[in-house]
Amino acid sequence: MSIFVNAETKVIYQGLTGSQGRYYGLLNRDYGTKVVAGTNPKKAGTDVEGIPIFASVAEAVEETGATASCIFIPAPGVRSAVLEAAQGGVDFIVAITEGVPAHDEALFYNQLRKDFPNVQLLGPNCPGIISPGECNIGITAGHIALPGGPVGIVSRSGTLTYQALYELKEKGIGCTTCVGIGGDPVPGTSFIDCLAAFEADPDTKAVMMIGEIGGSAEEEAAEFISNNMTKPISAYVAGVTAPAGKKMGHAGAIVSGGRGTAQAKMEALEAAGVRVGNNPTEAGELMAEIVSQL
Amino acid sequence: MDLFEYQGKEFFAEYGMPVSPGGLALSVEEAVSVAENLGCPVMVKAQVHTGGRGKAGGVKFAADINDVAEHAEKILGLDINGHVVERLWIEKASDIADEYYVSFTLDRSAKKHLGMLSAEGGVEIEKVAEENPDAIARIWVDPVEGLSEGNCRNWVKEAALPEQAIEGTVEILLKLYKAYVDGDADLVEINPLILTEDGRVHVLDAKVTLDGNSVFRHETYKEFDETQTRDEREKAAHSKGLQYVGLEGEVGVIANGAGLAMSTVDVVNQVGGRPANFLDIGGGANADVMTAALEVINNDPDVKSIFINIFGGITRGEEIANGIIDALDRVEMRSPIVIRLDGTNADEGREILEPHLSQALQLAPTMLTGAEQAVALAKGTKN
Repeated sequence: MSIFVNAETKVIYQGLTGSQGRYYGLLNRDYGTKVVAGTNPKKAGTDVEGIPIFASVAEAVEETGATASCIFIPAPGVRSAVLEAAQGGVDFIVAITEGVPAHDEALFYNQLRKDFPNVQLLGPNCPGIISPGECNIGITAGHIALPGGPVGIVSRSGTLTYQALYELKEKGIGCTTCVGIGGDPVPGTSFIDCLAAFEADPDTKAVMMIGEIGGSAEEEAAEFISNNMTKPISAYVAGVTAPAGKKMGHAGAIVSGGRGTAQAKMEALEAAGVRVGNNPTEAGELMAEIVSQL
Repeated sequence: MDLFEYQGKEFFAEYGMPVSPGGLALSVEEAVSVAENLGCPVMVKAQVHTGGRGKAGGVKFAADINDVAEHAEKILGLDINGHVVERLWIEKASDIADEYYVSFTLDRSAKKHLGMLSAEGGVEIEKVAEENPDAIARIWVDPVEGLSEGNCRNWVKEAALPEQAIEGTVEILLKLYKAYVDGDADLVEINPLILTEDGRVHVLDAKVTLDGNSVFRHETYKEFDETQTRDEREKAAHSKGLQYVGLEGEVGVIANGAGLAMSTVDVVNQVGGRPANFLDIGGGANADVMTAALEVINNDPDVKSIFINIFGGITRGEEIANGIIDALDRVEMRSPIVIRLDGTNADEGREILEPHLSQALQLAPTMLTGAEQAVALAKGTKN
């Protein structure tokens, strides 16, 4: 079992005819993901290595029965691509693209909530989602993840997500689903969305969480954990020693006015009963301990 | 991208908001000449990307030209929170009857735009928020619905602005929101927004941060990129397209991915070292980007050792190792390097590095030991 996507999930790639979309779309298909269609209004009727290209998401959904879409469209086109996907009838949208303006994110996040409340958006600016052995949507290297559970992973950072998957694999620990929610100001899917889904998934027995400085998503997650989670959690928060006011790569990773510090986040998580490591390796070791006691 | 006050005022003026006439000056002579054209009295205002200018003596009233020269002389070169003043904005002085505060920014938690309005302007809003939180009227704007005139009227009432300021403020609020949304701003702030003696509501200061991701639809924003505050190292890295933040230590850090780079900075600190920088070279980690990264770090005189922390995902270990070897052929390094290479085909990558290893190029089995080795090298102790 897994959350959000599984072996049956049929996926459309918006931007499959572009270089990034093609590269990762085909890698995802090689992994076993059901990549059933691509979209490009100018190339409708052609195909990418046997994957049919349709003019719109709506057409692709009608022809293939796809329920998910993955967006590899350049940043200026993401706003309309997200809305096209929702209008087209998929219920899970993964937006990989980085560099999307915050105002666009705020707009389509609220538009989806209002007009398409059942559509779940992941990203933008995220590595995607992988249910190891079943489905890989996005840019995660599939082979660094061990299938089978019992751990679910949710992370705000790309490379640290890979690091987490890899460390668990090295210890022989599998993963049900690993969700990279991305570090942008308005992520479509939050820690809480993933924690709730993992709590409800019978095969996920423990959750590993990777946060970073900036915003208050980790603090909100901590509150949710206190009130709603029965499954054990280990966590790591990157940016413990980041100086205030400095932007570190992600739009989200900035500390200002003493709020959003890693220290505050770690304390909030610890107070909620989460076992917090000082670096990714330590968080992995804590998870190994948790798993050994399951 | 942070705008200077004068840039922020030009930005506001484009959206029809009332700002004072003024001019930019880079020297005392220019300040005097601008003031002569405007006619005194004027304000002489330091242009820096930081708050607390007034307290630091960076904002002065000049009754006549002599005052202008005197203040300009003192303010140019002044250090305000580590920002040295190189630009002055000289503007026509205003008669202030009352001062207010207004801003729009994204509330990441509510995922809506947050507007804050207060009748207690002209002071630090953080202080108002702390001492008298009720004095700030907040409004959350759904980006889909936008902000209506009716919303603004209620909002101004809630903030208890005086009767004679209401019309002018409502007008400015609507324009400010439009500037914030259409202009793709992360933050727009006016402190103070003033009521003049003759009853006009007027923009007296401007703090604007624009979203760097929106440049594709705002051609003119490229010019703001050139006036960002960056140290020499950051300028060099920026020109090479690297995600770099200068820090104050001795251990140069290179990692792929923002999270891993941040984490590497953490671990170097945790084992008793001081990172010289944050540098994210992104996913690819090829020879070109590695060369650019090593050049930037090599030019930092404080760097005594370098920690390259790479996790191979889609990019395989052997590609990364070849990239590093290639880059080292191109750059004459001053400092020893420790490499931690993990992830996809890490063993193959390490094998490629093996014949090149020496005291000056070490391999570390884990992130933690890599940080320890790099810190030991920076401190000049053997390991």
